[in-house]
Amino acid sequence: MGEPGTKEPLSLEELEAATNLRTGRKHVLSILVENKSGVLTRIAGLFARRGFNIDTLTVGPTDDEAVSRVTLTVDGAVHPIDQVTKQLHKLVNVLKIRDLEPGDTVSRELALFKVAADGVQRGELLQIAEIFRGKVVDVTKRAIIIEVTGTTEKIAAFETMVRPFGLIEMMRTGEIAISRGRTET
Amino acid sequence: MRAVDALMACLKAEGVDVVFGLPGGANLPTYDAFVDAGIRHILVRHEAGGGHAAEGYAKATGKVGVAFATSGPGATNLITPICDAMMDSVPVVFITGQVRTELLGTDGFQEADTIGITMPVVKHSFMIQHPQELPRAIHEAFHIARSGRPGPVLVDIPQDLSRAEIDYEPVGDVRLPGYQPRVEGNQKQIRQAAKALAAAQRPVIYAGGGVVNANGSEELIEFATSDRFPVTCTLMGLGAFPAPHAQWLGMLGMHGTRAANYAMDEADLICAVGARFDDRITGKLSEFAPRAKFIHIDVDPAEISKNVPAHIPIVGDAKHVLAKLVVEYRATGADPARLNAWWTRIEGWREKYPLGYEDSTDSEIKPQYMIKALFEATGGEAIVTSDVGQHQMWAAQYYDFPAPRRWINSGGLGTMGFGLPAAMGAAVGCSDRLVCCIAGDGSVQMNAQELATCAQNNIPIKVFIMNNGYLGMVRQWQELFWDGRYSHVDMGQFPDFVKLAEAYGVTGMRLEDKGTLVEDFKRAIATDGPVLVDVRVTREENTYPMIPAGQPAREMVG
Repeated sequence: MGEPGTKEPLSLEELEAATNLRTGRKHVLSILVENKSGVLTRIAGLFARRGFNIDTLTVGPTDDEAVSRVTLTVDGAVHPIDQVTKQLHKLVNVLKIRDLEPGDTVSRELALFKVAADGVQRGELLQIAEIFRGKVVDVTKRAIIIEVTGTTEKIAAFETMVRPFGLIEMMRTGEIAISRGRTET
Repeated sequence: MRAVDALMACLKAEGVDVVFGLPGGANLPTYDAFVDAGIRHILVRHEAGGGHAAEGYAKATGKVGVAFATSGPGATNLITPICDAMMDSVPVVFITGQVRTELLGTDGFQEADTIGITMPVVKHSFMIQHPQELPRAIHEAFHIARSGRPGPVLVDIPQDLSRAEIDYEPVGDVRLPGYQPRVEGNQKQIRQAAKALAAAQRPVIYAGGGVVNANGSEELIEFATSDRFPVTCTLMGLGAFPAPHAQWLGMLGMHGTRAANYAMDEADLICAVGARFDDRITGKLSEFAPRAKFIHIDVDPAEISKNVPAHIPIVGDAKHVLAKLVVEYRATGADPARLNAWWTRIEGWREKYPLGYEDSTDSEIKPQYMIKALFEATGGEAIVTSDVGQHQMWAAQYYDFPAPRRWINSGGLGTMGFGLPAAMGAAVGCSDRLVCCIAGDGSVQMNAQELATCAQNNIPIKVFIMNNGYLGMVRQWQELFWDGRYSHVDMGQFPDFVKLAEAYGVTGMRLEDKGTLVEDFKRAIATDGPVLVDVRVTREENTYPMIPAGQPAREMVG
């Protein structure tokens, strides 16, 4: 900045406050944290006491063993994302937060579906799995386990398709996400 | 060297001259280290007293306070002071003992999950897992407690690790890559703020405890007087701007002055410095300062636009930002005459609605008069601590604080029982200055046990109990908002405070006559050592003016 003394006047009318506190869309927050005991509790506790809901949460190692990555999704229609990230930043063990832009992000979730598959239904089920590029990872006389990877939407669509066959149970990991291009997430 | 001996070395390296605490099984090694450490340790009677004393010490001196407790109940007794320090941004390091590592998670004797229990109310905490980590954790705890927005940091040390031998090397740095508070303020934003101030016709400076914490009082005065900006402070900010002063509007908020609250209501630009738009300030949020644009200066980015969206956010501490803002503001060449109409309006409120009360016509002591008498008896030069309730609000209204770090109270958490131990801590930290506690007869009983600590260590605090025999503020709310149905607010005249004082080895006095009150107060102040003064005041007096909870400033009553 230069020397003070610019005398160009300013009208208070021109000033605009921070707006769009609620963005109305899903946000994927990619958070690098120090790999220390209790970090996840601090994050979860912060969300609980500030009244923020976590939709999905995944935690895993990174290429640096001192650092872990937490990926969590939050509904920006319900929560002021700006306030969520500012509060997260106050945690001493949080190193970096990225609010990933959906267009610049590749996100994936892994799901395992255990579906009832008695005789005749089996062929149709396998066809659906193939369309979704699902993988059959276990077969018994009465059930099949199918592994599906993809966006949250794709997994939800697969769930809709297989539910009529008799969905016994479903396990989902929650989303992980990485930014497109050369820059680090 | 044992880890605990290294702990003592670290405390000395941090410049700690006094700590408050109480020993127990899990911190026996620490207390063994105190024997030879050459650090003054004040043995309190309850850990909460120790925690609040550390807060009082920190608020009065600006240095980091330190409190020790053992595991389990010792640590849980610290919860209130920890939470209090969090709410009011007080730099305190709490060091607790923990059961031996082999007992962790087994519900061992005096085991509590101290880290887990305190997690929501600490700025940060450290669980020591290897004795070698202890020195670094201590220094990092001090660094986190005092820097940025100050706050409480807890270090929990299992008993076996605390007595383990370590290779102690002094630690000269901190490694906290995720913790980098910004204090300087963005120059472009500061310039924008200066321009907005120059354009404002009805500006108000709204200053909070952040100015005190940043030692930014001089900068605030210089900035405010660089033009004729009206200034109001929050309960936590009192003293940051000297009272009285031509530009001083008084405190704002629920029991603030009409001049301050009406000025906020009609302002076109509010410059918030180190304040957080608490509900006791804003009243009904949707009708708060409806005509104003907001500059918000705060060292904690999360406070900016949390309750009130800011038009010009500035992340930085009050001292740094105000110093730059005044330079930028002077350069705008704004014409002070533009504020004439605004001041005429404000003067109108000041004249029409001064703080006031109906004085007694006999010897009865009105609570407001009690504060005025104390102001006179102390020449306004005391450090004053308070508990929470009516007496706190009257003290805030009627004791004019000429400088920061003179007014020490529990604002955010509103902790009854804070005042007496906080006074003890302040008196230990500022032994050259008179320290008075203005207490309620309800509040003072919540930590009265520390009178023994004061007597034993000859800590010469003067405690003035505003005794109306009620939990007065609750009684007031029941009278005003619950149809006068008093429910469990009458404390009677128990205990006999003079006898209580004497039992603790403290001078006790009872005062009931308005006519001699100033002289009696001077006599109490001149008495050596700690003194407890039972001042009998009007039983059913209400604290006014008042913005009823959830109402806008315009709806002030009384």
